[in-house]
Amino acid sequence: MSPLFLIIVPLAGALIAAAWPNNRTRPWLLPAFGLLHFVLTFWLFVRPPVVAPGAWLGFDPLARAVLPVVSLLFLVCAAYGVPYLRIRSGRPNRVFVALLLAILGLLSAGHQARHLGLLWITTEAVTLATVPLLHFNGTPRAFEATWKYLLVGGTGIALSLLGSFCLGYASLHGGGSGDLTFTALTSQGASLSHPWVLIAWVLLLAGYGAKMGLAPMHTWKPDAYGEAPSIVGAILAGGVTTVALTAILRVRAVIGAAGEGFVADRTLLVIGLFSMLVAALFLLGTRDFKRMLAYSSVEHMGILSIGASLGAAGVAASLFHVWSNSLTKGALFLSAGNLRRAAGSPSMDEVRGMSMLTPRSAAIFVTGMFAITALPPFGPFFSELQVVRAALASGHGVATAMLLGCLLLAFFGLTRVTFGIVDGRPRPATRENAQRFVETAGVIAPPLVLLALSLWLGLFTPAILREAWSAAAAQLFPTP
Amino acid sequence: MNSGTLNLLIGVAMGLNLLALGSSRLPSLIRIMSLQGVVLGLMPLIMVLEALDWRVVALALATMAGKGVVIPGLLRRAMRAAHIEREMDPFIGFVPSLLLGAGGAIAAVGVARALPLLPEHAETLLLPGAISSMLTGFILLIGRAKAISQVCGFLILENGIYLFGLLLIHSTPLLVESGILLDVTVGVFVIGIIVDRIQRAFDSLDTRKLTTLRE
Repeated sequence: MSPLFLIIVPLAGALIAAAWPNNRTRPWLLPAFGLLHFVLTFWLFVRPPVVAPGAWLGFDPLARAVLPVVSLLFLVCAAYGVPYLRIRSGRPNRVFVALLLAILGLLSAGHQARHLGLLWITTEAVTLATVPLLHFNGTPRAFEATWKYLLVGGTGIALSLLGSFCLGYASLHGGGSGDLTFTALTSQGASLSHPWVLIAWVLLLAGYGAKMGLAPMHTWKPDAYGEAPSIVGAILAGGVTTVALTAILRVRAVIGAAGEGFVADRTLLVIGLFSMLVAALFLLGTRDFKRMLAYSSVEHMGILSIGASLGAAGVAASLFHVWSNSLTKGALFLSAGNLRRAAGSPSMDEVRGMSMLTPRSAAIFVTGMFAITALPPFGPFFSELQVVRAALASGHGVATAMLLGCLLLAFFGLTRVTFGIVDGRPRPATRENAQRFVETAGVIAPPLVLLALSLWLGLFTPAILREAWSAAAAQLFPTP
Repeated sequence: MNSGTLNLLIGVAMGLNLLALGSSRLPSLIRIMSLQGVVLGLMPLIMVLEALDWRVVALALATMAGKGVVIPGLLRRAMRAAHIEREMDPFIGFVPSLLLGAGGAIAAVGVARALPLLPEHAETLLLPGAISSMLTGFILLIGRAKAISQVCGFLILENGIYLFGLLLIHSTPLLVESGILLDVTVGVFVIGIIVDRIQRAFDSLDTRKLTTLRE
């Protein structure tokens, strides 16, 4: 079976959704195509196809290590989308459903892209497809968030195109034939022109780092996650950022082959620590629980970046963290969506006592918050432990200490906001608003499933997953 | 390659950058940008004059149509729809912007000398032109308050990237062509402004008023 189906199937779904006449039944297309995509991905995961070295697209070990979790997250979010869009039945959802499916197809293409240009085109297309989703609520605040997302995201993709040009020129200058697949670039290795390689690395890291949300290019994140529907936030935090991480990892492998791996690792480490620090400080200040999730996402992108700087063992740990972060963050976003809808406001100044009004969502939210702050036995604890062990093994004592310090600060910030909205007696206005929101199985099961998956990942990490992560790390750091 | 004519065109584009930095009214800024788009569109034709193929012609036509006609047209429509005042509100004044831009153009020539270039590119002004356009774009992006002038800044930044991409037109035309997608981004920006106008969410399109979301 061809990995192209992973791209074609959701895109076909997007076309069908765009043509589907009925606003009420259209959301069911989301779980239908999500399930189909998940089955296909799982099939490929178990029986990985052979990828031709010069192929532009392929289900290679790196795609195999991350694409399943994106597909899984999408499936659960899609299941949540059906009751969510039923609650929002007053709004036309044609664009929303079609673009979500298109994003799934484009993400599948982006994770599998083995060509510099193709990778850029898919990330660009994902960025553009996200814009109307952020604007779904149609409020002035949503417009403001969309505008900032366009400005920062647009500059980010412009920089990554420039970086791609520079890497292309490095190859041309080194006598390359104009073949820009990552395989060809890596095999060109040391003959790549070094000044151009370094410029390309800086620009690509800034560009894809903006997409991923690494500080100081993270400024779009709190606004976008705060104003977009939770389901969009979950997919942005768990899927779109992942494609940017795989882009950075693939580029990092080329830089490493050119002999500048040390510089690349140092920049990744510094930018990762800086992201964690910025996120932790903002977490101590924010009063909005959806923006809190965005800063938490910035923090975890920092952990991914630190892991990526630590060689093969660190990359494997990072890929593990992609899984645990995506699943746990998904649970948090979806339960936060329930809380937000019931409370009528995202600010801890106005919201109190949610454990009395929406006990199930509040319980999931609190448990998810502990899971994301690395409470054993949830997934994030084990993946962060693996990152820390990789850091200590490579002799980064100071960096490890800073990482742990930031985690502690973030824990204070997260618990402050979470218990601020969950505890206490609800205000009369909140109480009234919450009566219109019923905690049906449709809105409770999806975040619960994601939380259970995070627990499963921590307790019984399957050997096949560990093997997939190490295989991806081996692809990026080939032993001579 | 006809490097004399090419350098002349790049010189024109760099001059237009300075004009853009100095212009105080939106319609003239839009006119300058659309002229720069046409100039940029001519360049690939000159570079491969001896071996013209349909892909280069298509790239040139798409560039001229996108940067020279469609986007300026959309911007004018957005301006009409939103009843935006024609004056620009600079954060960075016009004279400082001009000085920065001129200094940047000189620095760009210096930086370009320091970078290793292939012999066939060493005599062209592509790299200095690219760097100075990108700098101009950033100055406009940061230094102007109105949403439309920020879009213009982004477009000039993108023109700089396009100039750089022309270095690769012989070896990897596909990568250069994919840069057209950036124009699509700009289109989305502008459509965003128009859509917003229809919804009447904002009254001035002054990005300084977009300050609800912050810590």
